[in-house]
Amino acid sequence: MFYGDFQAIKEVTIAVPARRITALIGPSGCGKSSFLRCLNRMNDVIEGARVEGDVLLDGRNIYDSRTDVVELRKRVGMVFQRPNPFPVSIYANVAYGPRLHGIPDRSRLDAIVEKSLRAAALWDEVKDKLRQTATELSGGQQQRLCIARVLAVEPEVVLMDEPCSALDPTATFRIEELMTELMADYTIIIVTHNMYQASRVSQFTGFFLLGELIEYDHTPKIFENPQDQRTDDYVRGRFG
Amino acid sequence: MRRIRQSFDEQLAQLDQDLLKMGAFVAEMLANAMQALVEHDVSLAREVIAADDVADEMDLGIEQQCMRLLALQQPMAQDLRTIGTVMKVIADVERIGDYSVDIARTAITLAETEYFKPLVDIPKMADMVREMLSEALQALVNRDLDLVSQVVAEDDAIDKMWYGLLDEIQEIMQQRPEVITQAVPLLLVARYLERIADHIVNVAERVSYMETGRLETLAPSHRAD
Repeated sequence: MFYGDFQAIKEVTIAVPARRITALIGPSGCGKSSFLRCLNRMNDVIEGARVEGDVLLDGRNIYDSRTDVVELRKRVGMVFQRPNPFPVSIYANVAYGPRLHGIPDRSRLDAIVEKSLRAAALWDEVKDKLRQTATELSGGQQQRLCIARVLAVEPEVVLMDEPCSALDPTATFRIEELMTELMADYTIIIVTHNMYQASRVSQFTGFFLLGELIEYDHTPKIFENPQDQRTDDYVRGRFG
Repeated sequence: MRRIRQSFDEQLAQLDQDLLKMGAFVAEMLANAMQALVEHDVSLAREVIAADDVADEMDLGIEQQCMRLLALQQPMAQDLRTIGTVMKVIADVERIGDYSVDIARTAITLAETEYFKPLVDIPKMADMVREMLSEALQALVNRDLDLVSQVVAEDDAIDKMWYGLLDEIQEIMQQRPEVITQAVPLLLVARYLERIADHIVNVAERVSYMETGRLETLAPSHRAD
């Protein structure tokens, strides 16, 4: 993956297991977020960014010219660092995607909104104020709303780019618990600066450094007995 | 300029030092208990029994320090394995202190008894065991896997001595039933020493884990309880 002449990610080969949480860790600028954006072609919108190689989803290369990018992003949803609800009602936030994908039917939308908010562990807190503007929710609630918005279009893969970095510890633990619940139905890939979060929630962890995937293994292995000295130094906080 | 996590490194180094100190203290308890046994020295035996409280305090102090580092520093990888190792090892070292107390109590029991033969093999076994303890703790602080192998090999020699003593003392008891009351406690002392060696092998196994990340039994037939 390149930004102009600069190669941000070098020859990464990784098999992400379905219905598991895979965490990507590494210091700032290591390429982990750039890599995450490769997985649903979010880098397409960045000028000068280009990708070589294949990203296979169910055996098909998402960089194939025939790929419908809107459809791809429906299958591979994304949650961002800062909660970014639209300044409309809670209901309209969740219903936005399904409407975009052609579901106008009110009762079906109601069902999708409820199901998505329940899956995002937010329903009980907002069911009586669905018409309230989403931006009035707390940061943690807003982030769960964004997760509900992603789930509403029934993705297979959910990418999370530092989803808790703007949240307090309680809201963070809520999201982590939610991720563990969602794992039964979704493949989750999370980029996090917080390696303790990676160790708490994920089953697999990849360590990126200077655009390379240094080590990728079961999470306990990475944090108890990594094989590469650079991984060991990083997870022990001795990096640099 | 200070290194990244220098204060944490210093606290880890302090753990090593505290463990070495505890090891040296317990080794001295064992040496004194043996001296008390050989020389019929009741007051020295009582000192050993009293010293056990200090060994127990050292054990608790180090465990508390480990718990604090786990809670406050979120150790990972090598650091995590080091702290886990120290927590396991102090239990083995503490147990060696307990066996030293058992030997000291035997010394008091036999204080008025003239031995049916000079004590030679048992003190020799105790010297070897103390050397093993010192090597195992050196292996830990120096991350020395060669010393680990050496300790495991030495345990075989201790086992041979124990079985030799068992045969010898059994034979004496059959021939001279009148010495049974002192032969049985002395046989138990040999058994305590053999068990101490097994605890030292446990320490060696932990050092191996700390360095390699592999949890394995190095001397399968010699596991301590």
